[in-house]
This record gives sequence, C-alpha cells and structure tokens, in this order.
Amino acid sequence: MSAAAHAEAHDHHEHHGPPAPHYSSRIKPEVLGMYLFIASEIMLFGSFFTAYFFVRIVNGTPWPTPPYHLPVFVAAINTAILMTSSATMHWATVSIKKGNVWGMRAGLVLTFLMGLSFLISQIFEYLRAGFNTSDGAFPTIFFTLTGLHGCHVFVGLTILLFMTIRAFRGHFSAEHHHGVEIGGIYWHFVDVMWIVVFATVYIL
Amino acid sequence: MRMRNPLRSEAEAYRLLWVVVGGAIVIVVCALIYKWLGVAAAVVWFAGFIWWLTHDPLPGVSKDPPKPVVSGTPAGKHRILVIAPPGTDAVSVPDGAEVLVVVPALASKLEAATGAVDDRRADAEETAAALGAKLGARAEVGADNAALAAEDALRVFGADEVLVAGDDGMVDEIRERVAIPVSRA
Repeated sequence: MSAAAHAEAHDHHEHHGPPAPHYSSRIKPEVLGMYLFIASEIMLFGSFFTAYFFVRIVNGTPWPTPPYHLPVFVAAINTAILMTSSATMHWATVSIKKGNVWGMRAGLVLTFLMGLSFLISQIFEYLRAGFNTSDGAFPTIFFTLTGLHGCHVFVGLTILLFMTIRAFRGHFSAEHHHGVEIGGIYWHFVDVMWIVVFATVYIL
Repeated sequence: MRMRNPLRSEAEAYRLLWVVVGGAIVIVVCALIYKWLGVAAAVVWFAGFIWWLTHDPLPGVSKDPPKPVVSGTPAGKHRILVIAPPGTDAVSVPDGAEVLVVVPALASKLEAATGAVDDRRADAEETAAALGAKLGARAEVGADNAALAAEDALRVFGADEVLVAGDDGMVDEIRERVAIPVSRA
C-alpha cells in the first residue's frame, strides 16, 4: 500500500466504532495467571523455608537435632523415583504429540505408580522417623516442609488419575492433548519443589 | 520486560526441572566443600537463572499483546460481532457489514475443572470454520463462556453491535457484560 493510500485509509477509519482498546495496563491472561500461581507458591513455600532458615541459622539449632536422624538414603531413593516419574511424564506428552496413544498411556500409568510409591514411602518414613511435631522446632519444620510437598504430590496424583482415566477413554490425540500438557506442567513443578526441599532439608 | 515463562509448556517445565537439578547439585557439592563456597554458588546460580529467564525466550512464549484489528471497512459501515454457540448452522447478518464470528468453546463446570475441553474446542473450531466460510467473515474460537468470549473479542474488534445466535439466557448474560447493543441473531 502506498503512503497516500495508507493515509487515506487511516482518515476513513478515524473515529469509526468504539475507541481502540488500551493495552498499556493489560497483561495477557495466561501470563497473569502463571505469575499469580508462581507468586502464591513462592509465598507458601517461602514462608516455610523462612522458618527453616530461622531455626537453623538464627537460632543455630543443629540439623537434625540430636539424637534424631534423617533417612537420607530413603529420601535419595525417593528423589530418584520422582525424577524418573518426570521423565515418564515427559515421555507421555511427547508420545501423544506424535499420536502414540499407547506410549502416552504407558507414560501416565508409570508416572502415577511412581508418584504413589513416593507418597507411600514418605508415609512410612514419617511412621519410622522416631520423632513427632511436638518434639521441637526441627521436627515441626521437617514435617511441615515435607508434608506441604506431600500435599502437592497428592494433588498431582489426583490430576494424574483424571488424566490416566481420560487417556484410556480416548480423550487425547495428537491434535488435542491440553489436559496432558497442563498436568505435566504441574507434575514437573512439584518435582522442582522437591529438589529444593531435598537439598535443603536432607543434604545441607 | 520480555521473559521466558518456565512453566509455559510441559517441555519448558521439564527443562526447568533439569536446570534446577543441575543447580542443586552444584550448590550442594560446593556447600559440602566449604559453606561460603555453597553460598557463592547459590548466588551465581540464581543470577544465571534470572539471566536465563530474561534471555532468549522461546518463539511464541513472550509475544507482545495482540494488536487491535484495523478495519478495512469504509466509514459509515456497520461492524458486527456474532457470538454463535457450537452447532450453529447459519446466522443472518446485514449485507455490507464487517463481521467477526466468535464461537465460544462452551464447557460444563466439570469439563472445565478437569481440563476435558479438547472436544469442546474441536466442536467450536468446526462451527467457526463452517460459519466463517458461509458468511465470508473471520471466525475464531472463544473462551468457554459466551459472555467472556464476547468481552475478549470486543477488546480487539471494535463492534457496533453484538448478535447472539444462542438462547435468551446467553443474550442476557452477554448484555450484562458489554455496553453496546446486544440482540438475538
């Protein structure tokens, strides 16, 4: 279009219809949603990590407080299980994007089973810990941090259960797999949080 | 600021997981060697992480907001937003008007809560394609709620009126949300 024609077109459309939308104060909804989600999770986990660092650094409480011990080996195995479950979750998503429905189903079932193993293992870890929330600041922080993560795993397992049922009912295809994508994002996020919890609570 | 959204897609979230795993290993190893070396590693890792978020965003991850549609319709002509639920066969619109058809991907609360909206979107896409071809107009799939779909469309399409091809309830719902004339198609 020439400059003259462009100017003419501009004159024609001036003041036609309602005013143009004003975007300067508008954030894309999906971006805003993600910001709010991340912010809420940072505040939630951040509050518990603040308590953790306060107990360890400001109070100088030994970690774990003698005579208690943390089952680092079991937690390491659990970490490996959770990381593998992320890999199978990714496999499920990649499979359905390529139209491989059985690959997706296998990936989802394996992810669910590994997530369930993690949660059951954590429950046994709690039962055999040898301390309880009423035994001082260290056990309280330990149970709240790992318990909060466990709640996230439980929510993730519920989502995975829905996804798996839908996968076996043929709801997903190479073109339509939004449900797998969203569930996968949540599952990876839960695993990211576990890495932080495992490194700070069990290792450092 | 243009930023990579690390949770934008499953693939991005998976990548984030391994970035965090790598960072955690480095920080832990450094901290086990010497406490302050671990602190330094954490600071460096966080700086690198922020740099990673702000550089090289993936294509389509941080696009600018959509620009308003510039009408090619001569002045004095009508612009009409048509809201047509999935399954709508035909809509009558005045001749010569510039038309945008939006088909909301209507989903039940259970479907929306469980993310089972793929089929609803597919239905909406089918209807949008058919209506767009019939009317010779642009046609899009909208949100899972008719009023929200109308509101979204009006942000980028300055319509003079809204025609709704749904029931009275849908007309009333949209009428409550928008400030321009709304009537049944």
